[in-house]
Amino acid sequence: MGSEFILELQCISKSYRTPHHRSTPLKNVTANVANGDFIIITGPSGTGKSTLFRLLTRLEEPDEGQILYLGKPLFEWHPPELRQKLHYVFQAPVLFPGTVADNLSYSARLKGNTLQTEEMEDLLRRVALPQNYISRRIEELSGGEKQRVNIARSLSLAPDVLLLDEPTSALDEKSAKHIESEIKAYHEAGHTVLWITHSPEQAKRLGSILWRLKDGLLETELVP
Amino acid sequence: MSTLATIMTVGFVFIAMLLSLRLKLKLERDMLIGTIRAIIQLVAIGYVLEFVFSSRHPLFIACILLIMLLVAAQNSAKRGDGIPYIFVRVFFTIMVVAAGTLAMMLAFGMLQWKPQSVIPISGMVIGNCMIVSSLLLNQMKEKAASMREEILVALSLGATSRQASERLIRESIRAGMIPIVDALKTVGLVQLPGMMTGLIIAGTSPIEAVRYQLLIMFSYTAASAMTSIILGFLVYPTLFTRAHQYIGWK
Repeated sequence: MGSEFILELQCISKSYRTPHHRSTPLKNVTANVANGDFIIITGPSGTGKSTLFRLLTRLEEPDEGQILYLGKPLFEWHPPELRQKLHYVFQAPVLFPGTVADNLSYSARLKGNTLQTEEMEDLLRRVALPQNYISRRIEELSGGEKQRVNIARSLSLAPDVLLLDEPTSALDEKSAKHIESEIKAYHEAGHTVLWITHSPEQAKRLGSILWRLKDGLLETELVP
Repeated sequence: MSTLATIMTVGFVFIAMLLSLRLKLKLERDMLIGTIRAIIQLVAIGYVLEFVFSSRHPLFIACILLIMLLVAAQNSAKRGDGIPYIFVRVFFTIMVVAAGTLAMMLAFGMLQWKPQSVIPISGMVIGNCMIVSSLLLNQMKEKAASMREEILVALSLGATSRQASERLIRESIRAGMIPIVDALKTVGLVQLPGMMTGLIIAGTSPIEAVRYQLLIMFSYTAASAMTSIILGFLVYPTLFTRAHQYIGWK
């Protein structure tokens, strides 16, 4: 396709209607993401940050406009395949019933593959969890540990673009820093990262480009 | 049973109504309506069946079975309110399962092709399918809402609609099957089933009655499994768009 951008958002609008209310979190948003960018997304609550991620992974469709991934409109991609390349890590860590291993190997099993114990141990190491956590049942994990397993499960996909929705909000400072450095390493390995945060300090530590969403509009600036 | 004795059976309802009145349950009106409806419906079906049994015309048998199917599907579809074309899906499922079960019974000589056998047994099978469908739809609606986040996470990890709803389908089917599995375990120990009791009262030997009861219980098991599986797989795709997007039910 020869596009210089990995992602292109062209005049994206999205509204939600209820019987008594209509909200438009995204109005005519146009933006591009180059391969290897680290973009921080900020904005008040309810301004369409998570909506943007749902549209990028085609969990929802925009009302207007289109999104291109590697120069191809999203609807030309097979959605399950697209979501493994362009992966959204939800803010709330929802794990599947069973063990940590069951969760880490979920994506591999979807494709009929298995994940070796060493690979799972490596994933746990990357999110600062002990190796013996593999056999832990998820109900035995704390909120912070669940979030780290959630991130490890997403890293098992090795997606081209990682979309993180406030991934460290449930973590203590030490764990948050560890996750930050792991994601930075992931970015330095050549992957593209979009990270939603409310923390200006975290924005400064991590990204080089800032997307500020307000009243449905997107402003782009460089992180000072 | 004499006509007088039949009339006297209403006395049981009066006992319940008096208790309701005494305990201020406010169920007397519903009990009265229910009793009147039961008398009218059962007397009417009694006369209709007598006519059908004596005429033995296949068209009349087909009409009775169709009415049973329509009422069962209509009743069960109420549990799936909000699911697109739910009546059609339930009707199709019950029709296929009841037809399959009955065809097997006839093919293996378990049942004779005469209205006196086909209509009551069909009614029992269709009624069982209706209960299983209702249970399944209840479970699926409840779980589709409570497991929304889990389904979204599965989709975001690259699952197809089918893969993302695997646990929802499995658990709903299990819930639909539990009553019949429990009944199989306790039958004869906790209660003598209605059909067997009826046959024994009518003078059939208990051993012969047991044979019929086993036929019913085992066919219920197969019919329950088939109903849950067919309906589950007909219903879950309506939770998603063709692009594997979760849209849920209203």
